[in-house]
Amino acid sequence: MTETVVIAETVKGTVHPSTAELITAAQSLGSQPVVVVPCTDASAAEIAAGFVGSARVVAAKSSVFEHYDAAGWASAIDAVAPAGILVASATPQSKDLAARIAARREISVVQDVTQIEGGNLTSPIYSGKAMQTVALSGDAVVTIRPNVFEAAPTGGNSEVSIVDTTGNMATAVQEFMARASSRLDVAEANIIVSGGRGMGSPDNFVHLEKIADTLGAAVGASRAAVDTWDEIPHSMQVGQTGKTVNPNLYIAVGISGAIQHLAGMRSSKYIVAINKDADAPIFQHADYGIVATWEEALPVLESTLSSMMN
Amino acid sequence: MSNIIVLVKQVPDTNARIVVSGDRVDLSAVKKVMSPYDEFAVETALQHREAVGGEVTAITVGDSGADKVLKDAKAIGVDHIVRIDCSESLDSNALQSILAATVSELGAHAVYCGKSAADTGAGSTGPGLAERLGWASVSNSINVSFGEQLTVVTPSSGGNARLSVPLPAVVSCDKGDMKVRKPNVKGIMQAKKAKVDVRSVDIPASSVTVVAHSMPPAKPAGKSYDGGAAAAEVARLLRDEANVI
Ligand SMILES: Cc1cc2nc3c(=O)[nH]c(=O)nc-3n(C[C@H](O)[C@H](O)[C@H](O)COP(=O)(O)OP(=O)(O)OC[C@H]3O[C@@H](n4cnc5c(N)ncnc54)[C@H](O)[C@@H]3O)c2cc1C
Ligand SMILES: Nc1ncnc2c1ncn2[C@@H]1O[C@H](COP(=O)(O)O)[C@@H](O)[C@H]1O
Repeated sequence: MTETVVIAETVKGTVHPSTAELITAAQSLGSQPVVVVPCTDASAAEIAAGFVGSARVVAAKSSVFEHYDAAGWASAIDAVAPAGILVASATPQSKDLAARIAARREISVVQDVTQIEGGNLTSPIYSGKAMQTVALSGDAVVTIRPNVFEAAPTGGNSEVSIVDTTGNMATAVQEFMARASSRLDVAEANIIVSGGRGMGSPDNFVHLEKIADTLGAAVGASRAAVDTWDEIPHSMQVGQTGKTVNPNLYIAVGISGAIQHLAGMRSSKYIVAINKDADAPIFQHADYGIVATWEEALPVLESTLSSMMN
Repeated sequence: MSNIIVLVKQVPDTNARIVVSGDRVDLSAVKKVMSPYDEFAVETALQHREAVGGEVTAITVGDSGADKVLKDAKAIGVDHIVRIDCSESLDSNALQSILAATVSELGAHAVYCGKSAADTGAGSTGPGLAERLGWASVSNSINVSFGEQLTVVTPSSGGNARLSVPLPAVVSCDKGDMKVRKPNVKGIMQAKKAKVDVRSVDIPASSVTVVAHSMPPAKPAGKSYDGGAAAAEVARLLRDEANVI
């Protein structure tokens, strides 16, 4: 059976829960995976040890893992990860890392996998307008879209070994520039509330922010919103030339659903659309569509959600 | 004097409808353009040249149809255009080893590419190429400034990070707040006359093979409501039916 290795998804030094989804994906590609946890403090591996279904956990300990550097992380992980099919999360950082590790091992990388069947891997191509299914001959590095595979259960107790490793950092951080607001970035959020040109003015985004704060969500935008209003930065843009997001819930408000916007969000687990035009293409992709102006719908949504959350 | 390389790829126009016939996508009727992020890579490469002097070479791996995107790059202002002749679809390993050999041969100081190609959406080429060359890399750059080394701004958890990046390096480019220049008449005339330097190389075997293309699974029709008051019902369904809040 093919050996599999999971590279744990870490955020600020802790193992992200989505790592449990990687274990499920790895199992469907071969054996029970070895889970490698890049960390500066080996106690980070405890969360990974709790996921049922791994063969064992390797806490790969190095000061290299303090700040992300593709070259440093790839060499430090390559040194301790066994050969086989490596599985990582399809987040921007881990896709970068996956490509680097694959190149280091002179094997191929398959990104953004959403389905594994009979050893074949399926991922979206042409921004989700078609799917591609590939077969592997030999080892590879595979990244898995978050929120697609079922998470392995918790409550396990895998054996953890601590291995010191090291790598050569190629870049150095001059400065971190924290976002002005404490709100999540669309690339990191599990719930996104996005506004489009239909919001009428950037000031009206405050209504989206209120809902986002109630839900612990990020605020996103269409390109028309970003291009029209200076107050809406490109970092908020979802779509072909913005960010690709896979949240559990995407709420699109005053967004028509152009193909380039869909490219960035159509794989969201649940989509809610609020638009005054019943024929807006976004409704074809919505699990819950509300034909109404945002002026009508948002106050209701906001008050219902805030009473539900309390 | 710097020797700067920019990678450009020809892809279907992002407005194009993609059809699958049999079990392969059929692109015969589709208009092809330079992959959108590659436009930002070209702009960054030209800014690098303007800051430190040197020459920019645009490279594509593709068949003769891909000459068009090289000419587009030429019209915007790159100095040289190179096509590595290849009509097969390659896996990341094969593509990157071809690119690595060509970049080494040209002796570049910096390589710019798109953060991901509009067809693959992968974002593998920049970091993979850098690893093969033993270079530094930064992906998803939103701002680059040029000197002895590069200073690159890229998203990092909780905000952005400003990084010092030693040269040689590969930088994959996101849009950031960049405005790309458009070709002028002189550029377009020069591009018409420009000759593509076509190179043939041995194509390594791919270990990832395409089994089938298919249309995305159809989404079951959703629930639809009229009027803003329905937002209350939708909020409850998000909690009780979808379990997402
Ligand atoms: C190469 C390329 C790349 C692109 N990349 C992106 C990208 O990354 N992301 C992106 O989003 N777009 C992208 N676009 C642009 C895309 O084609 C659309 O132009 C854009 O998504 C439209 O944004 P919108 O839906 O906000 O605006 P519009 O299309 O103007 O839609 C506004 C919507 O708001 C509704 N509305 C109006 N008033 C109200 C109200 N009071 N209440 C409720 N609804 C209301 C209208 O019915 C309409 O449906 C790209 C285009 C190209 C060519
Ligand atoms: N065949 C190719 N020829 C030239 N450049 C390419 C090719 N494939 C990918 N690239 C470059 O690498 C970037 C990322 O591609 P990808 O890794 O496929 O997402 C693209 O935006 C291009 O800049």
